[in-house]
Amino acid sequence: MSFLEYRIKTAPTGLRKVLFVNWPLVLLITAVASVGFLMLYSVAGGEMSRWAEPQMKRFGVGLGLMFIVAFTPIWFWRNMSVLAYLVAFALLLVVEFFGRVGMGAQRWIELGPIILQPSEMMKFTLVMMLAAYYDWLDPKKVSHPFWVLVPVLLIVAPTVLVLLQPNLGTSIMLLAVGAAVMFCAGVSWWYFGAVAGVVGGAIWGVFHFRGTPWQFLHDYQYRRIDTFIDPSADPLGAGYNIIQAQIALGSGGWGGKGFMQGTQSRLNFLPEKHTDFIFTTLAEEFGYIGAFSLLMLYAAIIAFCVISAMQNRDRYSQLLILGVAANLFFYIAVNLSMVMGMAPVVGVPLPLLSYGGSAMLVLLVGFGLVQSAHVHRAR
Amino acid sequence: MRRTVKDTEESARKVRRRAFLMGSAMGAFVAVLGARMRFLSVEQADEFRLLAEENRVNIRLIPPNRGQIHDRNGKLIAGNEQNYRVVITREEAGDVEHVLRRLAAIVPLSEDEIARTLRESERRSSFVPIIVADRLSWTDFSKIALNAPSLPGVTPEVGLSRIYPLDTDFAHVVGYVGPVSEKDLAGMESPDPVLQIPKFQIGKIGVERWREDALRGRAGQKRIEVNHVGRVMRELGRIEGDPGDDLRLTIDAEIQNFTQVRLGEESAAVVAMDVETGDLLSIVSSPSFDPNLFVRGISQKDYSSLMENDHRPLADKTVQGVYPPGSTFKMVTALAALEAGVVGTGSGVYCPGYYELGGRRFACWKRGGHGTLSLNEALAQSCDVYFYETAVKVGIDKIAEMGRKLGLGIKHDLPMSAIAAGVMPDKAWKMESYGQEWRIGDTVNASIGQGYVLTSPLQLAVMTARLASGRSVVPRLVRGVGTDDMPIPEAPPLDIPAEYLNAARKGMYEVMNGARGTAKSSRIVDPTMVMAGKTGTAQVHSYGTGERDNKLLPWHLRDHALFVCYAPYDKPKVAVSVVVEHGGGGSAVAAPIGRDVLLRCLTGGIPPLAAYPEAQRARIETQFKEMKLRDIADPVPGRSRA
Repeated sequence: MSFLEYRIKTAPTGLRKVLFVNWPLVLLITAVASVGFLMLYSVAGGEMSRWAEPQMKRFGVGLGLMFIVAFTPIWFWRNMSVLAYLVAFALLLVVEFFGRVGMGAQRWIELGPIILQPSEMMKFTLVMMLAAYYDWLDPKKVSHPFWVLVPVLLIVAPTVLVLLQPNLGTSIMLLAVGAAVMFCAGVSWWYFGAVAGVVGGAIWGVFHFRGTPWQFLHDYQYRRIDTFIDPSADPLGAGYNIIQAQIALGSGGWGGKGFMQGTQSRLNFLPEKHTDFIFTTLAEEFGYIGAFSLLMLYAAIIAFCVISAMQNRDRYSQLLILGVAANLFFYIAVNLSMVMGMAPVVGVPLPLLSYGGSAMLVLLVGFGLVQSAHVHRAR
Repeated sequence: MRRTVKDTEESARKVRRRAFLMGSAMGAFVAVLGARMRFLSVEQADEFRLLAEENRVNIRLIPPNRGQIHDRNGKLIAGNEQNYRVVITREEAGDVEHVLRRLAAIVPLSEDEIARTLRESERRSSFVPIIVADRLSWTDFSKIALNAPSLPGVTPEVGLSRIYPLDTDFAHVVGYVGPVSEKDLAGMESPDPVLQIPKFQIGKIGVERWREDALRGRAGQKRIEVNHVGRVMRELGRIEGDPGDDLRLTIDAEIQNFTQVRLGEESAAVVAMDVETGDLLSIVSSPSFDPNLFVRGISQKDYSSLMENDHRPLADKTVQGVYPPGSTFKMVTALAALEAGVVGTGSGVYCPGYYELGGRRFACWKRGGHGTLSLNEALAQSCDVYFYETAVKVGIDKIAEMGRKLGLGIKHDLPMSAIAAGVMPDKAWKMESYGQEWRIGDTVNASIGQGYVLTSPLQLAVMTARLASGRSVVPRLVRGVGTDDMPIPEAPPLDIPAEYLNAARKGMYEVMNGARGTAKSSRIVDPTMVMAGKTGTAQVHSYGTGERDNKLLPWHLRDHALFVCYAPYDKPKVAVSVVVEHGGGGSAVAAPIGRDVLLRCLTGGIPPLAAYPEAQRARIETQFKEMKLRDIADPVPGRSRA
């Protein structure tokens, strides 16, 4: 019998579903979001209405959506995967040609009161699509070159569109998340090794032949890469943000300067203090203890997701949960590496903390999928 | 597609294995992030904390209040005045021009001022206050304060600025302050950071300049928090500075004013000095100027009128001006001759009206000659031949030595600008300056204070004080700094036998009181204040065969009139020197001034008419009545610093 048919019989139904929700995960998500409200209140100089209040409202809406998605059976979502992917892809094409440009490069569509960012939608529809693909594919064929090429195209096509917006941060995320799902699906190590080898070799080549007559790039392009990699070379220009962020982070010490006492953010030395750099304010005001606690909360969320995936026996559910967890992880890793000066500055927000509606809603819907997989798993 | 349970379990296990691997990799990276976090915020915390502090904290200097300057009785000569001004801040004002127009309706503001303010407000950051108008009257200032609600961004402010309430009286002595110039800074080794404060003022000339060290004080510090564009957010703390020390001068402001008014429009200099302590009681150069003009920024018109005036109001003639001392120098020649033993106090010299030396005739001022004269008579009648002859016998080096002993040719140390050393010539000096041998004719000229001899009025006053007291008195201008009294410089007795000094003094007594004395009309009849003096008339050009009557010559060619005196004769207290540039004869022009100043110093008020010879009293009375003396405010006890 089909595994799905078997599962339908043991899956909870009706109000009993509430008992099977992964409540610790809901609690952790709310805790992290609450830290976000606190920081948004602080960076606004003790003002609720500026950032904290809208963010709380969005979180409330997002939480509601999360439960709606969670209580909808996971097989419904599996059946919707291809459609969702195609819709998101179509929207990406639409914004590419008709979308509104704002905030540098983010593109969105307005549908009455709803503002859609298809690139945000794509983050999870891609995960759904890949999970559904591997659920459909015979597990024995996953490493067959042809069946590897299909998901690669599924990943690369939207990535190229997002890169054209241009939105480097999100396109890197799409690549990474897609690769993570493929890895979890069991694609052979050789493919990953080969890709890593090619990318590493290309980077090595670019830098190795610098200054020789057969260098790959123009000199000015090299210089751009230099400031991208090491912003401290230009402390008042490109490097200003990251240097000020590190000062804020570092000056917190063990216990921090106290709530609302962070001088770097309060005196506006910090850039983007309510979005991409919100973590630095946390570290400045609550010190290492506060920052590390937040990191542990994130780690716990990811851990709960991974454990939930490992408890599940449904291939689609497993890959979906792992994809969402990988997405969350990559966001956190890139954002924290960036503010701590370990990675170049790419505009990537810190999930659940940074001010911003689309990202928050999409992430909570993603958690809704995780919960749906968790609630409707076979027992 | 249908799958077996076994297949499903197999694939789930595989995913679980990969999920575990990925989870571990994530965990490892989280550990890296945690370590990096710890490194930044714990290990490097001190460094970053310092950087954060540097970011936010700025140090601003609080300018110290400048010390005041008082006269010897505590009357205010230089003080600090509340300066009412109005500033505008662009970001609070919004439409700056609109607000300025409204302000112009309340207080007078010229189109130029409005335009200048607008220009400056566009150039500066929006939160920087810009001065719209300075030195407002109290009325205007309160009008602005009253209308503040309708003038957004406009703030009335109070600052301190220098004021000289006795304006012209002390212009040369005290000088004035002005903004720090590049030149001022270039001359300093390690400039006080307070000088960088915009509009900070330092002493430019006179006591303000030369006692800047005491007057300036020490700047306080204000630690302020600024944001990323430098806007002041709040004050974190302050260290109060030390205000500058007050100075007490030796000068009596009332005598100073009396002297100034007495000189009127003459181009003249008067120095009155206490013969015991060396305290300068009055040191006046006329005409003068108002130092307040310089503090406020003098207009081009005012400045050129001061520069073009042929009476040179900007020059301090008392210490900077040097003049041939003329006959006032004869005491020096006489003392040198007495000390060298070439004449006795009683021996006589015959004056035929000229002195012949090497085929050249040197005339006495009295064409017909004085006949045989003793030293006493020679001084009283100011016979030139007597001094020609004795000087040739003594030689210039001994005369110069005596001159220096009495304070001539020496740069006296006073906190005043461009103090001249004058010239007390001798053989070595001429060789050095001109590369020429000293000629005997030079000695003849020098003997009566002509030729190379140049002295300042200050030096003449010192000479007279030393003659009168018999001690080498040193002039003193500052009596006290802060609460400390300055010591009176030591004045050892002059290395001249008393007998000779007395002979010189006797001669000066005869000048004033003798039947044939050259200045007998300027004598004091009050027996307690009998006066001794010596007139001098210094040629400024060689007459040759030309016109000798001064009244017919153009002003700038007329003789300088000089006079030195002291009183009381028997117990000297005050010495006075007077130089009236191109004034004509010393006895006619300079001596009456000297007497009035001397009496003013001795009596502590307007000189009593009883001190003057009876025939002159009516004239003197009118003269005093016409003098417009300043009403100088008494010092306020426990005055506030502001």
